[in-house]
Amino acid sequence: MSTRLEKQGRLIDRSKQVSFTFNGTTMRGYEGDTLASALLANDQMMMGRSFKYHRPRGVVASGAEEPNALVGLGEGSRYEPNQRATTTELFEGLTSSSQNHWPSLEFDVGAINSSLSRFLPAGFYYKMFIHPQPFWKHVYEPIIRKSAGLGKAPDKELKDADTYEHFYAFADVLVVGGGIAGLQAAKAAAKSGAKVLLLEQNAYWGGRAPVDGGTVGEQSTDAYIDQLVAELEAMDNVTLRTRCMGAGVYDHGYALGYERVSDHVPGAQGPRHRLWRIRAKQIVTATGAIERPLSFAGNDVPGVMLASAMRDYLVNWGISSGQRVIVATNNDDAYRTAITLKKAGVDVLRVVDARPNAGGALADEARALGIRVDPGKAIAKVKGGKRVKKVAICNQEGVGGAREEVSCDAVAMSGGWSPVVHLWSHCGGKLIWDETQAHFRPDAARPPLGSDGNGFVIAAGSANGPLELGSVLQDAQTAGEAAANAAGFTPVTENAPECETTAENAMKAVWLMPENAEIDLRMKSWLDYQNDVKVSDVQLAAREGYESVEHTKRYTTLGMATDQGKLSNINGLATLANALGEEVPQVGTTTFRPPYHPISMGAIGGEARGEVFQPVRQTPIHGWSDDNGADWEPVGQWRRPFAYVRSGETVHDAVNREVKNTREHLGLLDASTLGKLIVKGPDAGKFLDMMYTNMMSTLKVGKCRYGLMCSENGFLMDDGVVARIDEDTFLCHTTTGGAERIHGHMEEWLQTEWWDWKVYVANVTEQFAQVAVVGPNARKVLEKLGGMDLSKEALPFMEWRDGKIGAFDARAYRISFSGELSYEIAVPASQGLAFWNALLEAGQEFGVMPYGTETLHILRAEKGFIMIGDETDGTVIPQDLGLNWAISKKKEDFLGKRAMERTHMTDRNRWKLVGLETVDGSVLPDGAYAVGEGVNANGQRNMIGRVTSTYFSANLNRGIAMGLVLHGPDRMNEFIEFPGTDGKIYKAKIVDPVIYDQEGKKQNV
Amino acid sequence: MLTLQCPYCGVDADETELANGGEAHLKRFGPGSDDDQFHDYLFMRENPKGVHLERWRHAAGCGKWFHAARCTMTLEVFGTYSAQVYAPPQEIKDAITTKRPGWSWREFQ
Repeated sequence: MSTRLEKQGRLIDRSKQVSFTFNGTTMRGYEGDTLASALLANDQMMMGRSFKYHRPRGVVASGAEEPNALVGLGEGSRYEPNQRATTTELFEGLTSSSQNHWPSLEFDVGAINSSLSRFLPAGFYYKMFIHPQPFWKHVYEPIIRKSAGLGKAPDKELKDADTYEHFYAFADVLVVGGGIAGLQAAKAAAKSGAKVLLLEQNAYWGGRAPVDGGTVGEQSTDAYIDQLVAELEAMDNVTLRTRCMGAGVYDHGYALGYERVSDHVPGAQGPRHRLWRIRAKQIVTATGAIERPLSFAGNDVPGVMLASAMRDYLVNWGISSGQRVIVATNNDDAYRTAITLKKAGVDVLRVVDARPNAGGALADEARALGIRVDPGKAIAKVKGGKRVKKVAICNQEGVGGAREEVSCDAVAMSGGWSPVVHLWSHCGGKLIWDETQAHFRPDAARPPLGSDGNGFVIAAGSANGPLELGSVLQDAQTAGEAAANAAGFTPVTENAPECETTAENAMKAVWLMPENAEIDLRMKSWLDYQNDVKVSDVQLAAREGYESVEHTKRYTTLGMATDQGKLSNINGLATLANALGEEVPQVGTTTFRPPYHPISMGAIGGEARGEVFQPVRQTPIHGWSDDNGADWEPVGQWRRPFAYVRSGETVHDAVNREVKNTREHLGLLDASTLGKLIVKGPDAGKFLDMMYTNMMSTLKVGKCRYGLMCSENGFLMDDGVVARIDEDTFLCHTTTGGAERIHGHMEEWLQTEWWDWKVYVANVTEQFAQVAVVGPNARKVLEKLGGMDLSKEALPFMEWRDGKIGAFDARAYRISFSGELSYEIAVPASQGLAFWNALLEAGQEFGVMPYGTETLHILRAEKGFIMIGDETDGTVIPQDLGLNWAISKKKEDFLGKRAMERTHMTDRNRWKLVGLETVDGSVLPDGAYAVGEGVNANGQRNMIGRVTSTYFSANLNRGIAMGLVLHGPDRMNEFIEFPGTDGKIYKAKIVDPVIYDQEGKKQNV
Repeated sequence: MLTLQCPYCGVDADETELANGGEAHLKRFGPGSDDDQFHDYLFMRENPKGVHLERWRHAAGCGKWFHAARCTMTLEVFGTYSAQVYAPPQEIKDAITTKRPGWSWREFQ
């Protein structure tokens, strides 16, 4: 059993008890515990079940690399799945539950997968579920989805109760990792005067050095770390942050920090997480090293742990992970665990050392304490289900015969150490294979490169390869000085303090225990705990031809999921290399991608939630509309009223009312969102001739012209009315969603192609409120307000005038997007609401009603007017829409002119715009395709057209539609069929798109 | 997350402030050009592993377009310069030559 010892535990405060629950059971721990250490103190070694085989799993590690001990944390709007027990600080009232089991952790139906594991090898899903095809959707997928996946997603109805924020930081030197190396490097860099930011993922400083012991100068490592922290805290140019992980390193010195501000005090004031967005001139990665497991059968049974983790639990939290422990190793470091345990009173049965000559001074020390050391031995198999019961020991050489069984309840394993090279590698830093340590470490000659072409990341301490305290400190000192120098500061060159540590014998690479283990052992030797990938799976992948490590990763799932193979990668690579008969460096590593460790979606989103996710643009009339029944629809970043719904009405009722009223009496539309661009300068006319397909330079002052804008490839991109204000000035209307885009388009050509032309463009969209006054009574209401002459003679159709309407400074455009008598009146934005109210008041006797965008759409569709985004989709040209009249034949050049000569653009088989009239008056489904004779190569019906706009017209009391149809204009009065997704077939007659007032009399009165 | 110095406003701009505009120094072909010329102008772009000349816009800043010379492989920036030129200025070419002797890009070297 695992238990809390009476002594030890440098991180816990035994005077402060904390109670928490695990799967509903109340347990107790101390302040300073992690959830994992507190569970171990309560003899809860088993913390979850595995993802695929549902095998019982216990905690393996003591930090961020933990693959097994994932729990669901919190409840309700604070519930979060897949939280590592090892990095979760214990707090009063913490609630946690284990994952991947049903009905309970102790008894799990899914564990049958484990007995079937022989039949569930790598690639099983790909091979098994491919036939018959319909089974995938209806049988396999629902079952797999139910049983697969890590943890349980939070309730979709509940919103995250916490807040998050982004934080921008700048540093000369960013040091990631507040272990002894990071502290030393930060001090070395800071002494030059450089601005230093030091991030540590844990709540405490110093990392693992105090657990490993040794002395720095005359001091203990603990005391030396306290001294370094105190020195750094006293420096004005240093910022220190705990609970803040360096999550990723990106181009040109960009880095992300992930600060868990209040995970340990849920509900506290302020943000829960803070995402640090950092720009640093130099980055020092002092991210330490992670111990590797050994691959032997049953290495996943609860009670088998990393030797370093077992030592951490003892020294940091006063936990004895077992009563009778066996240590398995290929290096000297694991002897520290044996010695530490023994000294704490734990029974260490023996050290199984794969090396024929076993260890050096540390082994001698262990023997002196009475620990039996077995050189050249291996673990053949660990027996036990929910807890280690026995270990079978055999020779490392051979296949695993002649076993000796020893009863025990915990196994500490050590396969050597791998530097945490993730942050070094994120942005292109290269690695070299270190044969003596059997690990990849940063190649200082090939660092990530900054904008000046020089390296901007320096690895320090054990993250750089050195594992012994003295060389770690010296390496960190050198790295800190080098970073300061590269950041443009003059470092103070010093030696790191002398350290006293025990010399170690060389480790021996051991990728499988025993060396030539038989298949029944290899099938129980786990490489990746989180994804249930075993030695046999990687070997199978190699046999099936997966030679690339990236392919093997995806085929077997080795190194995926929340831990991204922090423990499994090197063992997996080496297993693959052996299976392929290659060297490890030839096989290489998979790509290290940020973040180092999962970060919350909340932190990524930061403050951008709800209303501030994207600011909504509002017209001066927005508030009035909101108060008067507006059914809002998003248009670009604006909200526009779809219709003004009165009480007792449906939206559809409201639209029908507005449509009829505007045609019969008087409608008002808030058109303020329309883009308004001022184009000004001596060359403005020449410039607009290039921008529009029509001739704009010939437009007379005081007149308006409808214009089309094409991209250089000839496709229609925007339309709108252009008014000539004076000789040098034009006002170009754009679509609501197009204002910024078209402004940018104009700027691009002015800045990058015709930069010598004398033209300025200004976007004045928000400077004006614009109201469309539409209907037979439009002139009456404006004349009632008084002011400028708006008669047919004084302001003819397609002209504009400045003047006063009532008390308002107005620009009146006599333009119509509805086919009715219509004025669009622009007033300064500040007067917009007052003008709108004045129109409503004056319009009472004329039957005034505001109308929304749906009515706007229906009125324009009745007139056959196109709408950018409905009739166009980026592949449509003006000629498709019968707009040839708006394409100048006189102009030598305009954007899109040359493209329109290309063969595909002049193809007579291009679909062309027509009106569509259903036989029974019903409304055609939007986007429906018309089918023709025959089938295509895929056996689908050939298509001959599609619906682009479709509405119910209350004026005509039937459906109206427009569409693009093959040879459409030549097929007037023919019938074509549109199969709907509802199973019905809609039959429609091809007609003229202009349905209402074909002579255009009503707008010109 | 690149940083480029905007040659107009002098700001070392973060990539989030910038918009990439593809290849620099395109020669426009309009009416009168033959199909091949127009096709190449519209669609054919350099895709080098190494030195590249690009258009960028300081979109969330001063709004100006500019040119950048950089390495697509190492992301090293050799310099930024005016958008109102038909070829990279000599000091930009020199800066590239210092770091990448023997470089060439389209007709420039």
